[in-house]
Amino acid sequence: MTYLISGESGDWEVVIGLEIHAQIISQSKLFSGSATGFGAGPNTQVSLVDAAMPGMLPVVNGYCVAQAVKTGLGLKAQINKHSVFERKNYFYADLPQGYQISQYAEPIVGEGTVVLDMPDGGTRSIGIERLHMEQDAGKSMHDQDPKRTFIDLNRSGVALMEIVSKPDLRSPEEAGLYLRKVRSILRYLGTCDGNMEEGSMRADVNVSVRPFGSDELRTRTETKNVNSVRFVMQAIEAEARRQVEAYDDGEEIVQETRLFDADKNQTRPMRAKEFAHDYRYFPDPDLLPLVLSDAEIDAIAQELPELPDDRKDRFIADFSLSAYDAGVLVAERETAEYFEKAALGHDAKLAANWVTGNLFGALNKAGLGISESPVTAEALGALLGLIGNDTISGRIAKDVFDEMVETGKGAAEIVADKGLEQITDTGEIEAEIDKIIAANPDQVNDFQGGNEKAIGWFVGQVMKVTGGKANPKVVNELLRKKLG
Amino acid sequence: MSAATDLTALSIADAAKGLDGSDFSAEELTQAHINAMEQARDLNAFITETPELALERARASDKRRAKGEAVGALDGIPIAIKDLFCTKDVLTTAGSHILDGFKPPYESTVSANLKAAGAVMLGKTNLDEFAMGSSNMSSYYGPVKNPWRGKDGKDLVPGGSSGGSAAAVAARLCLGATGTDTGGSIRQPAAFSGLVGMKPTYGRCSRWGIVAFASSLDQAGPLTRSVEDAAIMLGGMAGYDAKDSTSAQMETPDFTSGLGDGVKGLKVGIPKEYTMDGMAPEIQALWDQGVQWLKDAGAACIDVSLPNTKYALPTYYIVAPAEASSNLARYDGVRYGLRVEGETLDGMYEATRGEGFGEEVTRRVLIGTYVLSAGYYDAYYIKAQQVRTLIAEDFRKAFDEVDVLLTPTAPSAAFAIGDKMDDPVAMYLNDVFTVPASLAGLPAISVPAGLDGDGLPLGLHLIAKPFDEVTLFRAASALESAAKFEAAP
Repeated sequence: MTYLISGESGDWEVVIGLEIHAQIISQSKLFSGSATGFGAGPNTQVSLVDAAMPGMLPVVNGYCVAQAVKTGLGLKAQINKHSVFERKNYFYADLPQGYQISQYAEPIVGEGTVVLDMPDGGTRSIGIERLHMEQDAGKSMHDQDPKRTFIDLNRSGVALMEIVSKPDLRSPEEAGLYLRKVRSILRYLGTCDGNMEEGSMRADVNVSVRPFGSDELRTRTETKNVNSVRFVMQAIEAEARRQVEAYDDGEEIVQETRLFDADKNQTRPMRAKEFAHDYRYFPDPDLLPLVLSDAEIDAIAQELPELPDDRKDRFIADFSLSAYDAGVLVAERETAEYFEKAALGHDAKLAANWVTGNLFGALNKAGLGISESPVTAEALGALLGLIGNDTISGRIAKDVFDEMVETGKGAAEIVADKGLEQITDTGEIEAEIDKIIAANPDQVNDFQGGNEKAIGWFVGQVMKVTGGKANPKVVNELLRKKLG
Repeated sequence: MSAATDLTALSIADAAKGLDGSDFSAEELTQAHINAMEQARDLNAFITETPELALERARASDKRRAKGEAVGALDGIPIAIKDLFCTKDVLTTAGSHILDGFKPPYESTVSANLKAAGAVMLGKTNLDEFAMGSSNMSSYYGPVKNPWRGKDGKDLVPGGSSGGSAAAVAARLCLGATGTDTGGSIRQPAAFSGLVGMKPTYGRCSRWGIVAFASSLDQAGPLTRSVEDAAIMLGGMAGYDAKDSTSAQMETPDFTSGLGDGVKGLKVGIPKEYTMDGMAPEIQALWDQGVQWLKDAGAACIDVSLPNTKYALPTYYIVAPAEASSNLARYDGVRYGLRVEGETLDGMYEATRGEGFGEEVTRRVLIGTYVLSAGYYDAYYIKAQQVRTLIAEDFRKAFDEVDVLLTPTAPSAAFAIGDKMDDPVAMYLNDVFTVPASLAGLPAISVPAGLDGDGLPLGLHLIAKPFDEVTLFRAASALESAAKFEAAP
């Protein structure tokens, strides 16, 4: 299970910490009233504050603060009742103020924990170091003109959360699980949409390596702005490998910022240490310290939805699902909600199998997300109902489901149109069985001679002549009676 | 004396009475000041004159008054606005080359409040670049001449940074003017120009729309020719503003309410640490005289100690430049104002800021950048913040015993244009008496109290408890009555 990289001198362990930058879901920016929607025309969502006009002042958006607190509570983290916005000073064309308002010495959220569900069925606890709020910069567009750079300030001032893990992760796989789990929690909370393609979530990856068995922390590098789970895992693998090779070659690792090149599957230095910025952090004198009362924090805690871990426990307890199935179902909030709707009034285990089996299969094939499913949760529930009351067999149900995916019709309609109701009339089935027994004396002898498995052949024959509609339970019972 | 000259000699309070009594119109009052402004251009008090806008607003005021809808004591009163306040569609320079051509699409809260109170803006007054200075010598738009002249006839500085505002009020070019005060930028020029200059409690006036120098210190306030005028004008400027997170969420009192109450029974603290080595004997004499005046008026004068006073100036010259270095980062040539092209982005920054900022601004940006740098931050910035807390604590303890404090405003009278230019530290010492109250965020006022040996005005300085401007004005009014300062340039 342990992820090790073998070098010339022995095995190496990887030590990983992630800094996740997550855009807070909010109608307006962290310190101004401008809109935050994705895909608007350049510079159409920019206030005087966002453009850093002379004399403009930031006013903190209380909704963004509540979202950060909510996230902290979801990460089982300490909420700091006193936190401070500071200025991170540096010059760049898309940073209008010449500083980014962030939190530094006193973040709004302190230590917390995220529990990972490991593939072996166990769990791993990963520590959260802190969560702080900060404003995003604008965007420099270098590809609009051969000589000039254009600036779009729509993102300038958009609220972000930076969620910093402890260096508790030990493999690319764990890092991937952690990123997915945090994303899942944020989506459950409704504090970040987790959409990495649109840039509303990205990660900086801190990686160091050490000889296996050692507990030292060696120099780490930070690979910036990795924008998918897969790339995070690849970047870690590539960077860890590079570091092991460097140590094996007798080189030192320098603390530096790097970028991941997915095409070459390698990391490269972003800026050398001598260019490293001195950000000259200091408390923003335009803003008062952010003070939260117990009542405010409690009110937010009251609104917390059921989180994936709690929902998983409930699914296991209430529906007797396996830990694995429950884990799969709760990973995405939409999937869990779909499952609960579909399972309502039906066999939950059967529902779980259908969601993780046939439904996921169909969605994968069509390249659709669960929210775009051609079969709604209610429609799947109706199908489960027909199975449950013996109207159709499980086998027929699969055909009906395929038809539902294809046509969008309801299960009952398809069953009625095609006459797929199960035959439970014992007389009808008995007549067919008699004919088969009479026509196949060899198989009868085989079974009666002690080959239990031969019963399956008879079942198959009955199904064949009834077009699969005979109730398998009735068929089995009758066969055993007649074959004695 | 012509009628026009008479109008410019009025106080705001008397002008308001004249307007109410239809002795003259706001348009006439404004025209008289426009004429004066045009005739006094050699003072260089204004960077931008807005006579047409002023007449338009004056006529609107006359219409309101005719309909019985005048909005208060400032309705129709011609004033000047320091060119640090952003004014909608009117050039706003902060005295800097780097804001070339900048016409804000918005109006600062303070100037908008004054406009809503009916005040008539005559123009934008000269100032030290980004309000950094004590002489108005650092303005890109050139020095301002103090209307007062010494015996030797040399041109004097009006003080700074609100030097243009001080010169304009002293020369009767307007009835009052806005200033901003970060370490003494209203009070010191008021003292140099024989005026009342008042800095309210930090948070009393909104900073929204005022070009920022040092955010934790900047406050707007009035420069006027009487204590009553200052109280009236502050009433038109102050008020809570949700757009400024450091604005105080409290009612604005009637600042004139205590003016006639006298100081009988008032406890006045005399901080012994304000007696500086080498202080000019006439400054000490004036201070002693002030103590006597207040005693004679029935106040109890008590010696108090503010032990950390000596650290105030160095603390100020760490905190203010630190904040300024960050506040001025936005002047980068990208979005507005001056841009000097360069080969690269960094080259453009260097060329723009190198050409756009003057020597004093550059010095303070460098100091500020230095004190915030890794390895120096704790020794300078953090230490300065700790000392700032101690200074505020000194005041808090003193105010357990007394209601106001009395000190000199500045260590000397106005000096000649060109003096102290080669010695920044000597220039910084101008603020030695005003800076402690700034660091503590306290309201303070300079009242003209006498003349030095050269016949130049000197001021006395009162400091009050946070948000106790009413008591501050009350004590200032008593000082004013006793001093009977009637000299004019």
